[in-house]
Amino acid sequence: MKKERTYMEQVHRWGTVWNLSMMALLLAFPIALALIFRAFPDINGLWRGLLATAPMYWAVGVIETFTYIPMLGAGGSYLSFVTGNISNLKLPCALNALEQAKVKANSEEGEVVSTIAIAVSSIVTTLIILLGVILIAPLTPILESPVLTPAFDQMIPALFGGLGVVFVSRNWKIAVAPVALMLILFIAVPALNAGTVGIMVPVSVVFTLIVSRIMYKKNLL
Amino acid sequence: MEFSVNHPILFGLAGLIVAAVLAQSIFFLIKAWKRGVALGMDRGKLRSIAVTAGIFTVAPAVAIVISVIALSKKLGIALPWLRLSVVGSLSYEAIAAENTSLAMGLKGSATPDASQFVTIALVMTLSIMVGIWLVPVICKRLQKGMGKLEQRDKKWADVFQSAMFIGMISAFVGFVFCDVSQAFTGNFKGLIPVCVMAVSAIVMAICGLLAGKFKKIHWIADYALPVSLVAGMASAVPFTAWLS
Repeated sequence: MKKERTYMEQVHRWGTVWNLSMMALLLAFPIALALIFRAFPDINGLWRGLLATAPMYWAVGVIETFTYIPMLGAGGSYLSFVTGNISNLKLPCALNALEQAKVKANSEEGEVVSTIAIAVSSIVTTLIILLGVILIAPLTPILESPVLTPAFDQMIPALFGGLGVVFVSRNWKIAVAPVALMLILFIAVPALNAGTVGIMVPVSVVFTLIVSRIMYKKNLL
Repeated sequence: MEFSVNHPILFGLAGLIVAAVLAQSIFFLIKAWKRGVALGMDRGKLRSIAVTAGIFTVAPAVAIVISVIALSKKLGIALPWLRLSVVGSLSYEAIAAENTSLAMGLKGSATPDASQFVTIALVMTLSIMVGIWLVPVICKRLQKGMGKLEQRDKKWADVFQSAMFIGMISAFVGFVFCDVSQAFTGNFKGLIPVCVMAVSAIVMAICGLLAGKFKKIHWIADYALPVSLVAGMASAVPFTAWLS
């Protein structure tokens, strides 16, 4: 008799099919352009461009994938790694939804809640970008106005202020060491800035896990 | 066919891929919703989670539109639309485009020809693809590992999960303070993100206190994150005028 798949097994199956199909579609874009316009890539430019860009982003991509999957859940991971903007949108959205539903991330309810939040967020993002593209001419002077620019420049602090107060206050014992370390590093090392914060996320996560493990073993949590 | 960075064919191809992304999101939304209902989760709660996620997304999504506008000056509208709807982010896309443009001798705001455009699109696509194929490779195994951890020691599994979230948040809290030391040289711009974060945190705390104290407005807790986000962003306008 054929064994029925669990929901989680189905999520992995659907996710694999969707993500590999999306990968093929994404690659098809430049290839189709090359064929339609009979414009083949500049091999030297391609090689040098890849050499300057890919190694860092591949390394960061691998580390980010290992770091974010346990936080996003399965469905949320398959979706988020296609739609992007994980740390500044999808993950905070999922965290807020888990908090709102009062369910644990590692439960099946948590899996459902985080997938719903990330899916809705992806749909809304896609539609707003589409609207922005359609209305790009009238929107450009408004969105680039000196009045609004500072607000959008400060989106990350505004996001993590709210999110931080919830999670840090609830887990303050866990938070003391990583917050202190990150403050010291970001203030003292000039190379750490907006461009490198993505690299520091896995560093901070690993450090927090080590400190938490030590505290847990010593019954401090 | 003569190429232009805003050729209708580019929009057609980008539109197809964006439609596929939309379809994937809708597919997962329906499947998760059905599973939630099958697990006995309250439909009203699921609806409120979806509504909050939608409202919370508006401001960050508008920020992504601003990124599309920024990139469109050199690359046209279709490619930035595609790249920022699928995987990308402004910082990554701008670096990938700039590195490739420089490698081909395309300087400043000069518009690429068809071959240069294809090269830029290829570099952007190939460099950011890791997550898309790596998730299917490792996700199941990682989830299994998390499951085993939970079976072995449930309390540690909960601490582990919280530690991951806190680790991520700590990195961004640190980042907010990255320019504060400039205040010692008379440049107070670095204090703007700190003030914005403080406003957002205070608004979030007030929402939490109100929701806890007055049961009639308990719903405010559901919208506390979008409210604190918008309040923080709005406060950036006077703080920037004051500290710049």
